[in-house]
Amino acid sequence: MQASLQRANRFLQEPVGLPARLMLLAAAVLVVATYFFPLWNLTMFAPQYPDGLRLDIYSYTLVGGNNGQDVTEINVLNHYIGMHDLVNESFTEFQWMPFVIGMLGLLVLRAAVHGTVVALVDVTMLFVYFGGFSLWSFGYKLYRYGHDLAPDAAVKVPPFMPPMFGYQQVANFEIYSYPRAASYAMFASILLLVSALAWTWWNRRRPEDAVAVERA
Amino acid sequence: MVRSNRTAWAGVSAFVVLALATSQCTPSAPTARPGAVGTQSDIAQAALKTYVAPGDLDEYYMFSSGGHSGNIYVYGVPSMRHLSTIPVYSPYPATGYGFDDDSKKMLGDLTWGDAHHPALSETKGDYDGRWLFINEMNGRIARIDLRDFKTKQILGPVPNLHGNHGSSFVTPNTEYAMMATRFSRPVPQRAVGVDQYATEYKGIIAGVKIEPTSGEMSLGWQILMPPFDYDIGDAGKLASDGWMFFTSYNTERAIGSLEVTASQRDRDYIVAVDWRAAERAIAEGKGDMIGGVMVLDPAKVPGLVYLMPCGKSPHGVDVSPDGNWIIGSGKLQGVTTAFNFEKIQTAIRNKDFTGEEDGIPVLKYESIKDAEIEVGLGPLHTQFGPDGFAYTSLFLDSAIAKWKLGTWEVVDKVPMSYNIGHLSAAEGDTVSPDGNYLVGLNKLSHGRHLNVGPSQPESSQLVDISEEKMKLLYDAFTEPEPHYAQIIKADKLNPIEVYPKEENTHPLAVWDIKDAGVTRNGNRVTVKMIAVRSSFSPTSFEVNEGDLVTVAVTNIEQTTDELHGWGLLDYNINIVVDPGETKTVTFTAKKGGVFAYYCTNFCSALHQEMQGYMIVK
Repeated sequence: MQASLQRANRFLQEPVGLPARLMLLAAAVLVVATYFFPLWNLTMFAPQYPDGLRLDIYSYTLVGGNNGQDVTEINVLNHYIGMHDLVNESFTEFQWMPFVIGMLGLLVLRAAVHGTVVALVDVTMLFVYFGGFSLWSFGYKLYRYGHDLAPDAAVKVPPFMPPMFGYQQVANFEIYSYPRAASYAMFASILLLVSALAWTWWNRRRPEDAVAVERA
Repeated sequence: MVRSNRTAWAGVSAFVVLALATSQCTPSAPTARPGAVGTQSDIAQAALKTYVAPGDLDEYYMFSSGGHSGNIYVYGVPSMRHLSTIPVYSPYPATGYGFDDDSKKMLGDLTWGDAHHPALSETKGDYDGRWLFINEMNGRIARIDLRDFKTKQILGPVPNLHGNHGSSFVTPNTEYAMMATRFSRPVPQRAVGVDQYATEYKGIIAGVKIEPTSGEMSLGWQILMPPFDYDIGDAGKLASDGWMFFTSYNTERAIGSLEVTASQRDRDYIVAVDWRAAERAIAEGKGDMIGGVMVLDPAKVPGLVYLMPCGKSPHGVDVSPDGNWIIGSGKLQGVTTAFNFEKIQTAIRNKDFTGEEDGIPVLKYESIKDAEIEVGLGPLHTQFGPDGFAYTSLFLDSAIAKWKLGTWEVVDKVPMSYNIGHLSAAEGDTVSPDGNYLVGLNKLSHGRHLNVGPSQPESSQLVDISEEKMKLLYDAFTEPEPHYAQIIKADKLNPIEVYPKEENTHPLAVWDIKDAGVTRNGNRVTVKMIAVRSSFSPTSFEVNEGDLVTVAVTNIEQTTDELHGWGLLDYNINIVVDPGETKTVTFTAKKGGVFAYYCTNFCSALHQEMQGYMIVK
């Protein structure tokens, strides 16, 4: 027990090799890239909207298709069922997400430059936590939008959960919800972090190596 | 007695035999009925060529004059589907035109107009898809912006000119839209008996100036003309750029029943106007101010106008795509004359004149004509194809003749049902006609449609001119009255679908429901109202009897096709506001009580709930 903890400790203090550091650099670039691309997209089709109403969710803003007009249109339609307006002000996430992403980017860079396994483990854990929390928060937001319906709405619909991933029919609308480039970039950077960790683990200095070095 | 009986019987039998015999000879319609499409395979081909499947788009727009309806009708070609109506000179509740303050002001006191000849704006003699001009008999001309298909300006009644039939014909770079008098009258306007018609009444040719970027029209200049009836025109292009041609009739200067008195001479005139020379003369201060516009008198300023003798009572004068020929058709003759522009210039240089009218030289017919083409009876108007062919409408023959420029050979005819007036080929009056399609704008339909009672529609027939033989493809029945039309390739237009919010600079526009409401200044009440699916804000407002009320409705939608109407009952008000648009309507609250307003233009599932009340205390 004691020995395995010591081994783990030793591993945590080890430097990260060059290939792993390159992976971390790539991860940092991808983290920065998430800022420029949408995280998620919801597209709604109905007979009278053959081109669909498109909503792109960025880490800091909502962007409607058709020069933003689609968000206005979605809100006009949603007001009939008493749904809250989709406006940037109701997403506190937009305040802190860019900051957190920037911070994570810096921590990845720190791991790349500083180059210890412990820094790498820290940022990977934070990253996984942040990714998970964001997904939950997104899901919770959707849930609240679908459930906090004004009691005096013109059209009463049973509370519903809009689709988070995949397709759902709501009244006359076919709604498609899928992650977009920024989410894939985020996921790819987590994969890169884990790969960097795995690479470092496989190439760690094993005790027998140390013995061999001493003998030599 | 017996004998006379026999004679009677013989007489009766002879009558019966004769009756039986002649009953077999009763003339019947020719088996090949004029206007019929032809065999089954022809019909199938015509159907294929005109069928635009649901969701598919037409290749061309056709802007057809609505005559005395005062409207422009927009059709898709080749489907001949009626796409929309652009009201110009008449109120049109369907779009609220003539009810809101701006369009009401534009119409003025005249709530009808007789619109004849639409003209698309041109750059280098080709349609540029910016504006459409349309004349009207009460001396007016209007500009429609093709960005939103809305009437933007009505100029006139233009002073001095009376009965603006000879319009609106634009010059190759839309420098001018030309106008001409049909009903000469004293200039300046005053009461003079018709017995002094020949000397005291005057015609007017007007060059209405067009601002090159905004399209804004202004009076420009005018030319004083002899008291003829000026009919229609066409601007010279390429070789003949700088010249304008108008047909004229009643060169007899007759009064009374013109159908007789104005048909005495064998020749009337095509008027050739050197409009660049007129422009120069105006710049040199040679005009006289009459009725608020500078007028040139050709007797005092020579070199502006020449008269070209043409077959009796001509209607159309059309310049060939290269500008070399001027085609004039005397509607009471069987020939169309091709005049040679070069020969006209030579005749002017050589003073090859045969007389003059009020100081305007008359050119020698034989010196300026190239050919007389025997197109058929009642030639009216000519359009052109891309391959040197010309198409002339024949009113009396009720047909279209196809003939070749240069060889002057008539190669084909197609019957029209019935009595074709103008015709319009795809971009057929530009420097580069498209060919493909031609539409015959017929005056009579004579029941080629389901019976709709005595007030019968006009007919517009689509003809395929892409091959050697013309083929009738389709009968469309159009609103009165398609005088002339313009057919433009669809991709030359790129209209907007909503008015962008950022372009709305209306001082009474409001975009947030918080800003909607009523303000009062003495007895002047302003209601800033928002229309958005599916409610008005405010949903009610109060005024006092006698207040002058302005309601400004802003449609804050930016979604295509989300129009909202604002109809106020018992007050004769119905305006329709497009997405992103603000319209105002001003009225005196004369009637006390409660009056509902509601959305007249269907908008949404809860359209029926989109309503409110005006309370007049």
